[in-house]
Amino acid sequence: METAPHYAKLYTKDLHLHYGPKHALKGISLDMKAYKVTALIGPSGCGKSTFLRSLNRMNDTIDNVNIKGSVFVDNVDIYHKKVDEVQLRKKVGMIFQKSNPFPKSIYDNVAYGPRIHGLRDKAKLDELVETSLRRAAIWDEVKDELKKSALALSGGQQQRLCIARALAVEPEVLLMDEPASALDPIATAKIEELIYELKTTYTIVIVTHNMQQAARVSDYTAFFYMGSVVEFDATERIFTSPKEKQTEDYVTGRFG
Amino acid sequence: MRILPVPAQPDQGTPPTVNPQSTPPVPPPSLPVRKVLTMKKPFRAGEYAIEKFIQSVAIISLVLIGLIFVFVFREAYPLFTGKVLAAAPQAQVEEAETYGVDPGAPDIVEAPELEQNQENFKPSSLVGPSWQPVSLDPKFGLWSLLAGSLKVTLIALLIAGPVGIFAALYTSNFAPKWAREGMKPAIEILAGFPSVVVGFFALVIMASLLQNIFGFQYRLNAFVGGVAMALAVVPIVYTVSEDALNAVPKVMMEASLALGATRWETALFVILPSATPGIFAAMILGFGRAFGETMIVLMATGNAALLTASLTDPVRTLSATIGAEMAEVVFGDTHYRVLFFVGALLFMISFSLNAVAEFFVRNRLMKKFKGA
Amino acid sequence: MTRTKSIIGKAVVSFTGLCAFSAVAAVVWIMGTIVWGGHSHLTWAFLTQAPAAGMTEGGILPAIVGTFMLVVIMSLVGVPVGTITAIYLSEYTSRGSKLANFIRFAVNTLAGIPAIVFGLFGLGFFVQFTGGTLDRLFSPEGKLVWAQPNILWASLTMALLTLPVVIVSVEEAIKTVPRELREASLALGVTKWQTIWRVVLPNSVGGILTGAILAVSRGAGEVAPILFTGAAYFLPNLPHGFTDQFMELGYHLYIMTTQSTDVEKTLPIQYATTLVLLLLTFALNFGAIFMRYRLRSRRVAA
Repeated sequence: METAPHYAKLYTKDLHLHYGPKHALKGISLDMKAYKVTALIGPSGCGKSTFLRSLNRMNDTIDNVNIKGSVFVDNVDIYHKKVDEVQLRKKVGMIFQKSNPFPKSIYDNVAYGPRIHGLRDKAKLDELVETSLRRAAIWDEVKDELKKSALALSGGQQQRLCIARALAVEPEVLLMDEPASALDPIATAKIEELIYELKTTYTIVIVTHNMQQAARVSDYTAFFYMGSVVEFDATERIFTSPKEKQTEDYVTGRFG
Repeated sequence: MRILPVPAQPDQGTPPTVNPQSTPPVPPPSLPVRKVLTMKKPFRAGEYAIEKFIQSVAIISLVLIGLIFVFVFREAYPLFTGKVLAAAPQAQVEEAETYGVDPGAPDIVEAPELEQNQENFKPSSLVGPSWQPVSLDPKFGLWSLLAGSLKVTLIALLIAGPVGIFAALYTSNFAPKWAREGMKPAIEILAGFPSVVVGFFALVIMASLLQNIFGFQYRLNAFVGGVAMALAVVPIVYTVSEDALNAVPKVMMEASLALGATRWETALFVILPSATPGIFAAMILGFGRAFGETMIVLMATGNAALLTASLTDPVRTLSATIGAEMAEVVFGDTHYRVLFFVGALLFMISFSLNAVAEFFVRNRLMKKFKGA
Repeated sequence: MTRTKSIIGKAVVSFTGLCAFSAVAAVVWIMGTIVWGGHSHLTWAFLTQAPAAGMTEGGILPAIVGTFMLVVIMSLVGVPVGTITAIYLSEYTSRGSKLANFIRFAVNTLAGIPAIVFGLFGLGFFVQFTGGTLDRLFSPEGKLVWAQPNILWASLTMALLTLPVVIVSVEEAIKTVPRELREASLALGVTKWQTIWRVVLPNSVGGILTGAILAVSRGAGEVAPILFTGAAYFLPNLPHGFTDQFMELGYHLYIMTTQSTDVEKTLPIQYATTLVLLLLTFALNFGAIFMRYRLRSRRVAA
C-alpha cells in the first residue's frame, strides 16, 4: 500500500463491522483507485461481500449492524451523520450477485432510477435508456423489445440489464457482488468483457469467488480472510508472487 | 398519490467538504467528479412526514386496545361509585332507547321500579347465583352466567382439543400429500363459516339429532352449544398446533428415526412433547374463542340462566347475555351498566389469555429450539 | 413385539386420520344440509324482493344491500389502516423494536377480543361518545342524530374487528416481495418511501386484496358487533345515509330463527338466507385462498 490515499476514489480506514455479536470486519484499511478494477477475493464468509456493501451503506438496511471506522468516497466520510446515504448511492451504484430486475418492462427497469430522480422529458429518457443499455452491451439484443418484461430475459441478459439500470443513474463507482456467479461461461465472459470496457469510465470494486476472473479483470486484488485483509497488491503480484503464505495457498487452490 | 419531489441536486459549484487530513482527489481532467458528495444531508420533508404518518396509523392498533378497555369500562364504572342514576338523564329514559331492534315488541321499560333499586347498587351484588335483571327485585348475580360460559367452553374444548391436535399430528406426520393439501382448505372453510351459520345449523339440525340420540330433556342446552362451539374452535386449535408441530426441527425427528423408533413413536413421544408449549397456546386461544363467542351460544344453548351441575341443562353464557339483553335495556340504568361490566370482564379475560398464549409461544418455544 | 408395535402404529395413524377426517366431514355435512335445505327457495325473486307479511314471506333484498354497504364502508376504512400498519411493521421497524413488538402484541390481542366486546365498544365509543359529542355540537334542541345506532357506527366497529385480519395478511404479502428488489431500488439512490411506493406495494397488491377479501368475508359473517351499533330487525326502506339503520344477512338470519312469529313456516326462508350467507363467505374465502396460493407459488418461484 505504498500509493498515497489521494489517488484513491474510495478508501477505508480501520473499518470494523459487527453483525450482532459477530465481528465480521476487523479493521479494514483499503484503497480503491479511480478508473481501476479492485477485486476482493477470499473464502466464503470472509467478509468481502459485507465490506462491499458497506461502501455504499447498503448494510444500513440490515438490523443489528454496527459500524466503526470510516469509509471515504472522494475524501468524504460517508458514515458521517451529515452525509446522505441516498445521494451516496446515486454516486456509488451496486450490482448484486443474483440479477434482480424489477417485474417491469426492460425500458421501465432502466428508466426507473432517472424517473424517480426527476427526469420527465421523454426524449431525454429514451436517449438515456439507450446509452445505458449500449454501455451495458445489451442494446443490440433488446432494442426491438424494450416493452418486453425483463423477467423474460436470460440470466446473463438480466444481469447486464441490471448493470444498465445502475448506469442510468450515472454513478461514478460500481460495486459488483459476484456479478457472474450464477451465470454460464459464455454469459460470464460477456460480463467480464463489459467490466473491462466500463473501467475507462467508472471505478469498479468487484467481489468474486472465481480466481481466474479476478486475475482477468482486476488491476488490484485484496485477499480477505476471517474479516481481515491478509494481502492487498497489484493483481499480478498477488497471483504470481504473494508475500503471505495464506494468500499463496488460496490462489493456488489449496484451500477455500 | 403523487411522486415525491426529488431533492435538489447538490450545487456543482460548492467544493466538496474534504477530509482535512488528505489532499483533494485528482481525477483525470477528461472525467471530472460528476456528483459531489456534500456534508449537507437534505431534509426530505415528504419522506419524514410519510414516515410519521405511517407510524401514527400503526399506533392506532395500540391505542385501540386502550380505548376499548376505557370505553367498555367507562360505562360500567358508575356501578362501583354507586351513582348509577346520575348517568341516566330522564329524557333518555323516556325515549326508551331500544336500539331500533324489534319495534313491534313491547318495550321493557320498567323505569319506575328500576330507579328505586339503582340508588343503592352494591358491587357485591354482582357476586351471587341468580341473574334476574328484569324483575321487581332485580338480581345481578353473575355465577350462573359464568358457569354457563365455563360449561360450554369446557365441552367445546374437550371435543375440539383432541380433534384439532390429533388432526394436526396426522397432517404433519402421517398424512399422504393429497390429504395434507386437502385439509388446509377444509379447515379454512370451517374457520370461515359465519358463527350465525354454525348457530343456525346447531339450532335446526344438531339439537334435534343430539336430543334423539341422548334423550335430553331440553332440546337446546349446554351440550348442544358446546358441540356447536367445537366446530368454531377446531380451526384455531388445529392451525396453531400444526404450526407448533411443524416448528419442531427436522433433525429431532431424524435422530429418533435413526435410533430405530417408528414413525408413530417418533410423532407421539418426540414431536408431540416438543410442541407442547405451542399446543398449550392453541388450547388457550381456543378457550378464548369459545368463551367470548356470542352468536352460537345465543342460538344453541337455550339461554336460561340456571346454576346447575348438569351439562345437559340449558345455560346462558356471559357473552350471550350481553347479546340478548343489551337491545332491551334502558340506557344508562343498572342493567345496562352491569352488561358493560360483563363486557369488561370478557375483555380482560381475552386479554390475559392472549398474553399467556403469546408468552408460551414466543418465549418457551424459542428457548427450546434456539437455546437462546 | 414388533407385531404389537405395528398394530399400535396403525391404530395411531387411523385415529389421528379419523380426527382429521371428522373436521372435513363436519364441513361437508354443514354445507350439504344447508344447500339441500335452501336451494329450492333460492330464487331470483327471493334475492330481489323485500320481506313481506311480517317477514314470513318475500325475499331478503334489503339485507343483501345492507350487508354490501356494511362491508364497503368497513373496507374503505379498515383496509387502508391495516395496510399502513402492515407497512410500518414490515418496512419501518427493526426486529428488536419495542414499539413494533407492542403493536404486534396489540394486533394479536385485538384478534382475540370477542366480537361482542367490539359491539359494546362501538356502542360506548361511537354511538355514545362520538355520536353524543357530535349531537351536542351540531344538533339543535338535543335531537338525536348521530348518537344512535346507524350504519356508519356499525361499519366502523366492524372495521376495527377486521383490522387484525388485514394487517396479518398484508404483512405476509409484503414479506413475499424479495429483499433483492428493495435493495436494487435503494442501491439506485431511491429513498425508502419511494421504494415502498414504487416497488414494494405494486408487488403486494395481491396480498392487500387477499387481506381485503378476508376482512370482508369476516365482516359479512359477524353479527355480534352490529347487534346494537346499527342493525335493524326490519326496515321498509334501504338506508339513504350514514345515520340510517340497516338490515344485514347474518342478523336477519338470527332474528328469523329466534324471534320469528312462525319459526316453522319460515324455515325455508331461513335455509335460503343461510345459503346466501354461506355462498357469499364461501366465494370470498375461495377467492382469498386462491390468491394466497398464487402468492405462495410466486414466493417459491422467486
